[in-house]
Amino acid sequence: MSQHKEHPPEHAEHKGHHILPVLTGAKVWIALLIFTAITVAAARFDMGNVNFTVAMAIATIKAFLVVLFFMGMKYDTNENRIIFFSSFIFLFIFIFLTYSDVLFRELVMK
Amino acid sequence: MSHDAPAHGSHDNYLTHKRGLWSWLYTLDHKRIGLLYLFTILSAFLVGGIAALMVRTELWKPGKVFLDPDGFNQAFTYHGSIMVFMVILPLIPSALGNLILPMQVGAKDVAFPKLNLLSYYVFLFGVILAVATLFTSGIDTGWTFYAPYSIRTSTATIMVVTGAFFMGFAAILTALNFITTVHKLRAPGLTFGRLPLFVWCIYATNIIQMLATPVIALTLMLLVFERLMGIGIFDAKLGGDPVLFQHFFWFYSHPAVYIMILPAMGIINEVIPVFSRKNVFSYWGMAGAVFGIAVVSFIVWGHHMFVSGQSETANFVFSLLTMFVAVPTGIKIFNWVATMYQGSIRLTTPMLYAMAFIFVFLVGGLTGVFLATVSINVHLTDTYFVVAHFHYTMVGGAIMAFMAGLHYWFPKFSGRMYAEFPAKISWFLIFLGFNVTFFPQFILGMQGMPRRYYSYPERFTNLNQISTVGSYLIALGFVLALFYLIYGLLWGKKAPDNPWGAETLEWKTSSPPPHENFIREPVVTHGPYEYQI
Ligand SMILES: [Cu+2]
Repeated sequence: MSQHKEHPPEHAEHKGHHILPVLTGAKVWIALLIFTAITVAAARFDMGNVNFTVAMAIATIKAFLVVLFFMGMKYDTNENRIIFFSSFIFLFIFIFLTYSDVLFRELVMK
Repeated sequence: MSHDAPAHGSHDNYLTHKRGLWSWLYTLDHKRIGLLYLFTILSAFLVGGIAALMVRTELWKPGKVFLDPDGFNQAFTYHGSIMVFMVILPLIPSALGNLILPMQVGAKDVAFPKLNLLSYYVFLFGVILAVATLFTSGIDTGWTFYAPYSIRTSTATIMVVTGAFFMGFAAILTALNFITTVHKLRAPGLTFGRLPLFVWCIYATNIIQMLATPVIALTLMLLVFERLMGIGIFDAKLGGDPVLFQHFFWFYSHPAVYIMILPAMGIINEVIPVFSRKNVFSYWGMAGAVFGIAVVSFIVWGHHMFVSGQSETANFVFSLLTMFVAVPTGIKIFNWVATMYQGSIRLTTPMLYAMAFIFVFLVGGLTGVFLATVSINVHLTDTYFVVAHFHYTMVGGAIMAFMAGLHYWFPKFSGRMYAEFPAKISWFLIFLGFNVTFFPQFILGMQGMPRRYYSYPERFTNLNQISTVGSYLIALGFVLALFYLIYGLLWGKKAPDNPWGAETLEWKTSSPPPHENFIREPVVTHGPYEYQI
C-alpha cells in the first residue's frame, strides 16, 4: 500500500490493474471467515428487532472487505469510488423505507 | 467498414450501405439496431393490442361474451405484461433512443456498438421466451406476478419471469452504453448545457434503469427459487412474507413508470420548441425537473401498497413522499405551456401528439395525486379508477409521445415524408378513442367496479360499452397509422434534410443519414433550441 502513496500519478494510468498481494488476500479471507463464524454465533441469540440490525452490520462489514480489497475499490480512482458507493444510498433507501413498514406493522392491529 | 459497391454512389446512406438480411441481423450501426428494436417492439405491441381488444370485447356485457374466465385472466395478463415489459419500457429508450441519441450528440455511433447488438439479442431472447408461453399453459397472474399466487398457480410463470429478467438485462446494457456515449462521444462544442433535452431525459432514464432493474431481476429470481425449491421467501405458508414481494416488486416498478415517462417527456421537449419556433422555457428548469423526478421516483413505491397490510406508518410516509412527484412534474407541464405561449405554432402531426400528451398526462398526473392520498386510495384501490389513471399516464404519456417522436423523426430515419392528412385523422381517432375508452373507467371505478373482474352488475353495462367502443376507435387509428406509415416508407415523397427547421444535430446530416451519421464531424456553437421565428 505504501508503494501506492509514493507514485500517485502512475496510479491513475494503469486503471484498476492493481494486483492484490497474496498475503493481503489471505488476511482478508481469514477476516471474512471470522465474520462468518460471528454471523452463525449471532444467529443463536434472539435479540428481537435488533437481530436484523446485527446481521446487516456484520454483512456490511464483510461486503466492505470484499469491495475494498477483492474488487480493488481501495486502489481505484475517486470518481469510480463515488459512483460505486452512491449505489449504497439506494440500497439504504430500499431497506430503510421497507422497515418503515416491517417495524411498525403491529401498530395496525391496535 | 468496406466501401465496396455503395449502392447509389453519392447517395449512400445507412439503409443502402450494405444489403441483405445478414447485414441487418449482424449490424453494428445504431440506427439499424434502433430499427430492429422498433420492428420487434411494434410486433409485440400488435399482440398486446389484440389482447387488450379481447379484454374489452369480453367486457361488452356481464357474463360470458366469448372468453371463459380463465381465458379472460390470461388475456389481461398478456396485455399487461407485453405492454409493460416488451413495449412501453423499451419503446422510446431502446428504439428511438438508438435511432436518434448518438446523432443528437454528434457521434458516429454509440460507445460500444457490439454491446448494443448484444443487448438487442438479449432483449429478443426474453421476448421470445415470454411470448412462447402463449403456446403452453399461458400465464394468469396479472403483470405484477404477486406472490403467493404466482408461486402456486400451475401456469408458466417461470418462463415469463425469466423472459422479463432477460429484457431487464438488455435494458441495463443499453443504459450503460448510452451513459458512456453521452459522457465520452459528444461533438466538439456540445457542452452539457447545450445537450438537447431528449438526451437529458434518456440519460436520467438510463440511471434509473441501471439502479432499479437489478432489483426486479433479483425479485423475479427469488420467485423462481421459491417456486422450484420451496424456499420460503414470499409465501407465508413457507414462512415468507407476501408483502415483502410487493416491496421488492414496486421498488423497481414505480421507478419503471419513469423509465416509461421520462423519455416520453424528452420527445415532448424536442417537439414543442421546434413547432412553436421558440427557445424552450427554462432549459435548466426542464433538465433539473427530470432529475428531480428520477430521484423522487425511488422513494414513493409504497403508494401501491396502501391496502396490502403495510403498516400505517409506511402508508403515511409514502403518501407524503408521493405528493412530491407533483412538483417537478408541474414544473415540466408549466414550462411546456410557457414555451408555446406567444410562439408561432404549427399544428403538424408531431405537435398534435405533443399537445395530446400534455392534456392526457395532466389528467393522469392529477388523478395520481388523488390516489396518493391514503383515505381516497382505500376506496379506489384495485378499481377501474386505477386502471384509468395508469392508462392516462402510461399510454397517454408513453404512447402519445412515442407517436409524436415517430412522426417527428420519420423523415430522418426513413428519408421520406408521411402524408399529413391521414396522419391527422389517425391522431384524431387515437386521441378521441383514448379518452372514450378510459374516461368512463374513472366513473366506473368511483362507482366501485373492481379491476380484473370477468363480469359486473347490469348497471355498469353502458359505461363498459362506451369504453369498448373507444378501444375499437384506438385500434382503427393505429391500423390507419400502419398503412400511411408503410406507404410513406415505400412511396412517400423524398424528405429534405431538415423538414421541420430544427436546430439539433440529427437534422444537420442528410435524410437518411450516412453510415456513420456525419460526413464531417459537426461543431456546436449554440444551444439546441435557439430559433429565429
Ligand atoms: Cu407508483
